[in-house]
Amino acid sequence: MADDVKPRVKVPKKAAAGETITIKTLISHKMESGQRKGKDGNLIPRSIINRFTAEFNGKSIIDVTLEAAISTNPYIEFDSIVPEEGEFKFTWYDDDGSVYDTSKKIAIG
Amino acid sequence: MKFKALTALSGVLAITAAGAVSADPDDDTLVINGEIEIVTKTAAPEHMEYIDEVMSGWHFRSDETQAFELDDFDNPGMLFVEQAMDVWDTVEGEKGKSCADCHEAVEDSMKGVRAVYPKYVESAGEVRTLEMQINDCRTNAMGAEAWKYDGDDITNMVALISSVSRGMPINVAIDGPAEMMWEQGKELYYTRTGQLELSCANCHEDSYGMMIRADHLSQGQINGFPAYRLKNAKLNSVHARFKGCVRDTRAETFAPGSPEFVALELYVASRGNGLSVEGPSVRN
Amino acid sequence: MNFSRRETLALGLGAAAMGFMPFRVNAAVDDAVAAFTGGSDMADAGIDLTAPEIAENGNTVPISVDAPGATSIIVLAAGNPTPGVATFNFGELAGSQMASTRIRLAGTQDVVAIAKMADGSFAKASSTVKVTIGGCGG
Repeated sequence: MADDVKPRVKVPKKAAAGETITIKTLISHKMESGQRKGKDGNLIPRSIINRFTAEFNGKSIIDVTLEAAISTNPYIEFDSIVPEEGEFKFTWYDDDGSVYDTSKKIAIG
Repeated sequence: MKFKALTALSGVLAITAAGAVSADPDDDTLVINGEIEIVTKTAAPEHMEYIDEVMSGWHFRSDETQAFELDDFDNPGMLFVEQAMDVWDTVEGEKGKSCADCHEAVEDSMKGVRAVYPKYVESAGEVRTLEMQINDCRTNAMGAEAWKYDGDDITNMVALISSVSRGMPINVAIDGPAEMMWEQGKELYYTRTGQLELSCANCHEDSYGMMIRADHLSQGQINGFPAYRLKNAKLNSVHARFKGCVRDTRAETFAPGSPEFVALELYVASRGNGLSVEGPSVRN
Repeated sequence: MNFSRRETLALGLGAAAMGFMPFRVNAAVDDAVAAFTGGSDMADAGIDLTAPEIAENGNTVPISVDAPGATSIIVLAAGNPTPGVATFNFGELAGSQMASTRIRLAGTQDVVAIAKMADGSFAKASSTVKVTIGGCGG
């Protein structure tokens, strides 16, 4: 597991039923592209977050494939419908096999 | 009056080169998280002879770069502030203390601190930067090892301390016991160095608002430091930036933490008196 | 041989275009597009790609894509060593078919976004982003 990998999300605490909300997500990760050379002159192997998914109560909102051209600390912003109260689940998949996730509850009101 | 002539000239350029990107500072306003109002332009402090209005480097950046600073969630510099927040609560050193053991909540104890540094510290009998104070805490109060003067650990901590003063006016003292050091800093600011024979003033006072290669020359204000730079994706300290500037004049640079750079920081900080503390800012 | 001012200018532009294009529209991009579209035609309307005209640094370039009715959107950077950037697949609870992210561009180049619509058709948008070199390295 890479150092200092920490997911974070920005989700409103409540929404009206059926409302569309904007969600911002970011995970601290170096996103080593595999294109850079180290001090020894050899290529530094690729090590990136290659997939991100967002779900609400088990239903998919967005599923993103990330390539090495995504910047350090991958940032993804998108919209979600909130049909009822429940829980968002956000998951990031690392090249090294690690999986990072975080959840956020939202109320209706 | 040089500035006014420059502005008039740039105005003409902007009109004739319609569609081209103007190097002029823009007139946008900066409010962070929809609540922290940042003074990014204000009347120059009295001691400045050649500039009427001081401006944060924020005005010289593109809309896209500026936008990173509008919301802490979008500001990559805040990731490092978070890291420093963890360190704030971490016990280190022989005395078994964390920063929080003495200073409690950083939001309370450090509010306003960034705005007045560098300053003359009575007990130490010298002008100190925030970095020097932090290392003094580490070695004396905590019994821990000093951090490298311009290393990531200390720069992140300065960013944390700066972040809780955002929106407060920079107000460093230039008189009294700080005066001698301030004069030294001023001397350095106007002294040409290196094979290119450039002083700080040549770029940041005489030529701000103009292009240097494909970049916009700012006033070289440091109210936004530490600055997260897109180019190296980390926080950059004032002295690391000074070092880069001096190196670019093709001179041997002073070392980060040296008395020369402390004096220069005091002087340059005083040129921003009246601007808001903005760090951690986002620059290119 | 004598060239008029206009002819010389035209020649210069032609030469510049010749030198420029082959590297920007490379085979890897064609392959990536073909893999996504299966060789189908792409409409010019139906997808918006927002990218800065000038990026102050290629390390972190904010972009966003918006294609109402799309099931997925692929983003390619035609001038990068490998053109892939991201593929956004929208699920049943997507509030829009819009997404924003921050990308790396190795230099001035075209960023391309292609949307696959629910009816199986495709739409394409592209935008040239100039990546500037800095003033002082600092």
